[in-house]
Amino acid sequence: MARTGGGVTLFSMGIGLYARQAASLPALALRPPGALDEAHFIGACIRCGLCVRDCPYDTLSLARLGDEVATGTPYFTARDVPCEMCEDIPCVKACPTGALDHELSDIDDARMGLAVLIDEENCLNFQGLRCDVCYRVCPSIDQAITLEMQHNRRSGKHALFIPTVHSDACTGCGKCEKACVLEEAAIKVLPTRLAKGELGHHYRWGWKEKQKAGGSLVTPDQQHRYNLPQGERYDYEGEGLIFEQNSGRTPFASDPLDTLNRGVEGRR
Amino acid sequence: MKRTTRPGAEAVAVKGRWSANRWLLARRFTQLSILGLFMLGPWFGIWLVKGNLNASLTLDILPLTDPYVLLQSLLAGHRPEMVAITGALIVTAFYLLVGGRVYCAWVCPVNIVTDTAHWLRERLGITGAARLSSTARYWILAASLLLALFSGALVWEFVNPVSMLHRGLIFGMGLAWLLVLAVFLLDFLVSRRAWCGHLCPVGAFYSLLGVRSLLRVRADQREQCDDCMDCFLVCPEPKVIRPALKGADKGIGPVITSANCTNCGRCIDVCAKDVFRFGSRFGNRADKPGQTTHQSLGVEALR
Ligand code: SF4
Ligand code: SF4
Ligand code: SF4
Ligand code: SF4
Ligand code: SF4
Repeated sequence: MARTGGGVTLFSMGIGLYARQAASLPALALRPPGALDEAHFIGACIRCGLCVRDCPYDTLSLARLGDEVATGTPYFTARDVPCEMCEDIPCVKACPTGALDHELSDIDDARMGLAVLIDEENCLNFQGLRCDVCYRVCPSIDQAITLEMQHNRRSGKHALFIPTVHSDACTGCGKCEKACVLEEAAIKVLPTRLAKGELGHHYRWGWKEKQKAGGSLVTPDQQHRYNLPQGERYDYEGEGLIFEQNSGRTPFASDPLDTLNRGVEGRR
Repeated sequence: MKRTTRPGAEAVAVKGRWSANRWLLARRFTQLSILGLFMLGPWFGIWLVKGNLNASLTLDILPLTDPYVLLQSLLAGHRPEMVAITGALIVTAFYLLVGGRVYCAWVCPVNIVTDTAHWLRERLGITGAARLSSTARYWILAASLLLALFSGALVWEFVNPVSMLHRGLIFGMGLAWLLVLAVFLLDFLVSRRAWCGHLCPVGAFYSLLGVRSLLRVRADQREQCDDCMDCFLVCPEPKVIRPALKGADKGIGPVITSANCTNCGRCIDVCAKDVFRFGSRFGNRADKPGQTTHQSLGVEALR
């Protein structure tokens, strides 16, 4: 009796520890749409594979013993087969336990992870090329991912179109990661907890608070005063340095050549 | 005393090869058919049954859920959808009737592994035995439930060879072969019927389901017993036979009432005197063993 009890206690401590280890989810393994948060999912999913069976694109598979994902639980790897974001979400419907939350009715609300353009050094668009592939394939194009124009400092005269992911719309389907033309994708879907930072809970954005309150909360708003020569103004949020009309005061001669020649003449 | 013949030899001589192995064959056929139904999908694209023993959907209408795994999930703090609960209720109702460990003898894929290990062990005359308590499985069962309760995860599912073998055959094995091999070696070398008879909490859970089950093996003709001991030798849970077979003087009825009996019917097969048969748990009186034939649930028809 004592021997058995002791043996069983040791045994369960062993599997308890093993399970803790084995329950960690690697960064590139994504759960199906609607999956509860990982800690809860591990207790809710009974490893039946019905979600796997009803996925028309063979996106999902059940982890095998030896895989890095908790044995028997469903996952997918975006770079292999991404989620096609079926409108009727058959995987969720098939789940008998609700480990995939049946509340999820619009696939756009799924959050399987968050795409992050990780490698700015190799992404073609960051070099000024127009690859755009990740942007084009996104099922939520122009919402989950947009191209943001920036100055191309390398060439000095062109634009960069930076693929930019927006967490309020990206479902983490992984189509972008799958489609990235590079050997190793520059854009990757990561678990949201890895992809997103979180503001200190006591942090407030001053300008937002100000807008909410309808005015400054610290000191009364007042015009900023710059010590500038007469006839010059500085518009902080607008045009910058302004020369008052007709002041006649300018550091430049009316003929630009004069300015340019000044240094040459001086040396002579 | 060293036995010269193998258990069941006499039954084969008296009843013929077929009759002396009928329940064993029926059992293997059922086990393989159930597995086959699950395999039709992945192998031939015929999706009569989807999922695995933990939860399945048959003909897109009948949900079945393993009540043990669902209980762990409940304890882990999850409130499952109705489908899973319905499935578990259907399965529970079934085993309440036919005996929980019918799961072991007729459904569980590990049974084939451990039966094979046992057969080989007997063939090779391996006798070495580690001391294992046959109640250990109930402790492990309790531990698995507590682990789910306190960790919020289905901890037992990380190592459960039963679901791993079944899921592995259908969805891909990975290293689960190692675990199955471990169970095989345990039963082959370490101790007689070590896994199913002593350690497996799945079996223990189903035992508890079957405590009051209707379908039972009965030693109705126990006065015919000539003490050949064949039934004890083939029974995966030998302890369950003695009271029913030898308890007449002590006023114990002929029904094998222990929930550990797997209703495998092997004792019926190997008994040359036809002492055993399937029947109901009712009419379990010590005095008039023969009078209960009319309650035999139609199982007689299979004979
Ligand atoms: S939404 Fe469709 S493609 Fe994505 S995992 Fe579910 S079934 Fe598969
Ligand atoms: S259908 Fe649900 S319970 Fe079954 S494996 Fe998929 S997520 Fe888990
Ligand atoms: S993962 Fe990529 S493709 Fe999918 S929604 Fe997010 S940005 Fe679009
Ligand atoms: S597909 Fe890859 S290389 Fe092309 S723009 Fe997107 S991240 Fe860059
Ligand atoms: S005791 Fe366990 S492994 Fe053995 S047959 Fe029963 S469920 Fe299967």
